[in-house]
Amino acid sequence: MAVDSVRERAAPRVEARGVRPAWGLAAAGFLVGALVVGLAVGPVGIGAGAIVESALAHVPLLHVRSPLDGVQEAVLWQLRAPRVVLAALVGGMLAVAGSAYQGVFRNPLADPYLLGVAAGAGLGATLAIVYAAAGAGTEALVPLAAFVGAIASVVVTYALGRTAGAARATGALVLAGVTVATFMTAAQTFVQQQHAEVLQNVYAWLLGGFATSSWGDVAVAAPYVAVSSVVLVLHRRVLDVLSLGDDEAASLGIDVARTRLVIVVVATLGTAAAVAVSGLIAFVGIIVPHTIRLLVSTSYRAVVPLSLVAGAGFLVLADVLARTALSPAELPIGVVTAFFGAPFFAVVLRTSRTMR
Amino acid sequence: MIELRRVSVRFGGAPALRDLSLVVEPGAWVSLIGPNGAGKTSALRALAGLVPFEGEIVVDRRDVRALGRRELARLFAFVPQKPETPPELTVAEYVLLGRTPHIPYLGGERRADRLAAARALRRLDLERFAERSLGSLSGGELQRAVLARALAQEAPILLLDEPTTALDLGRAQLVLDLVDSLRGDGLTVVSTMHDLTLAGQYADRLVLLDRGAVVAAGGPAEVLSTATVAAHYGASVRVVEEDGAVFVLPVRR
Repeated sequence: MAVDSVRERAAPRVEARGVRPAWGLAAAGFLVGALVVGLAVGPVGIGAGAIVESALAHVPLLHVRSPLDGVQEAVLWQLRAPRVVLAALVGGMLAVAGSAYQGVFRNPLADPYLLGVAAGAGLGATLAIVYAAAGAGTEALVPLAAFVGAIASVVVTYALGRTAGAARATGALVLAGVTVATFMTAAQTFVQQQHAEVLQNVYAWLLGGFATSSWGDVAVAAPYVAVSSVVLVLHRRVLDVLSLGDDEAASLGIDVARTRLVIVVVATLGTAAAVAVSGLIAFVGIIVPHTIRLLVSTSYRAVVPLSLVAGAGFLVLADVLARTALSPAELPIGVVTAFFGAPFFAVVLRTSRTMR
Repeated sequence: MIELRRVSVRFGGAPALRDLSLVVEPGAWVSLIGPNGAGKTSALRALAGLVPFEGEIVVDRRDVRALGRRELARLFAFVPQKPETPPELTVAEYVLLGRTPHIPYLGGERRADRLAAARALRRLDLERFAERSLGSLSGGELQRAVLARALAQEAPILLLDEPTTALDLGRAQLVLDLVDSLRGDGLTVVSTMHDLTLAGQYADRLVLLDRGAVVAAGGPAEVLSTATVAAHYGASVRVVEEDGAVFVLPVRR
């Protein structure tokens, strides 16, 4: 008995790598750095030290005095902070949902828009912009309509995909997603074509961005993003089991159909909330998880949590570029994510040794 | 003890397996043989709970239909013919995934799971491969890693679907010897096999299926006769018996 336990201790390290502390710290550092840059950069220059002091001034009982004047305070906390926080929420959500979709569909090109979220949200937003009576109500209505459109589109996709039967479940679901998205896009284009006068508004929404972000948007998106990302991160080991295929995951005791439904529903809710407050931002859901895979590990134990953190930082930095590159004009953020994301990803792809 | 009572499997109306009745004693090795499309894999998948079936499957007096997915996974470890082996996973990580039925749904591995995986690695002589990636292993090593994952499941019944198809003769014998030695630890084995000679040499009992139905069952010498193999495989063979072992040799027509 004693001999046995000694031998067990001498056994090789049998553990899953998960997130090594160094990578966890690197990702956290990247996010914090991105947040500081996001708060500091803009037409009104505010130093990093001043930001920290001003933040501490808002903490009761500390008695720190903010070094900023009233205008700077307003710029920092009413304009930049909600914008930076919202970009972080949306970026983290899109990246973590992308990683979960890639795991659940065992398809490296799956992104959170795979099942029609984007097309549904686009149709919803377009309908709201076109048909809502112009006035104060529209601003609140567009995110809601986008959210409803996104959810409706995924529900239809899921119902359609299920009719193909369990054996071809993932392939059928992806095809159903393409079908529904195509139809929704056609409907959206038609509505938009009939109302050329709102073309500008529709395009501005579709291209996405954080130019008008407020704490209200943050409050709308945050609960969905929080719940969704927590549930997805909790599923990281289950996603590794799913990477063995449906049969083997089932023979290991996983209810594959139910697990897939839970992950898709949760990722979709979070993505729909993100899309509703930011419009359509391409590429984040694919580029961030794959960068983690190439740099760190392909295990979902690493990919899911690190995508969440790195995705948040990535979109904050992309937004900084979007508002400063052609200042005072703003670039659509989707242009930035693709324009800088694609070459970056190409470099990672070429230099990575882990990719075969 | 496993009991199958008139088990049938259908794929959209067409029966793949019809009324299979079979008793497998604890510690036994039963091999299902038969030509392509005979229903061998369907029978194995019914046991693993991967396809719906008619009839009854009873393990130690418990009806498997009454068991949940996790309970089933603690009873049967299933190794498919072509297991999915993500090339970037390390052998240790892969074997740890075998502990899934013992880990809470959203939980992580505990010490007991790491020890069980380490035992499985040692049992299959894979300790020095623990931190290697699956993609860097040879076919024989990979098959051992797959067996180690199944072993880490600590299920009393091992289901093997064509465990030797991808292996050369030497590696095939190595893997089958390993499986045989696991029976010494009390494991019951149900496998499907293409190679009749190997099937006869390793299993205690053979069940020959053709077009979904059992056509012969018993010891290797009873099932593997020239006439039976000719009738059901449409093959021309000579069967040689030597020192109790049966050799099925193809003969050119």
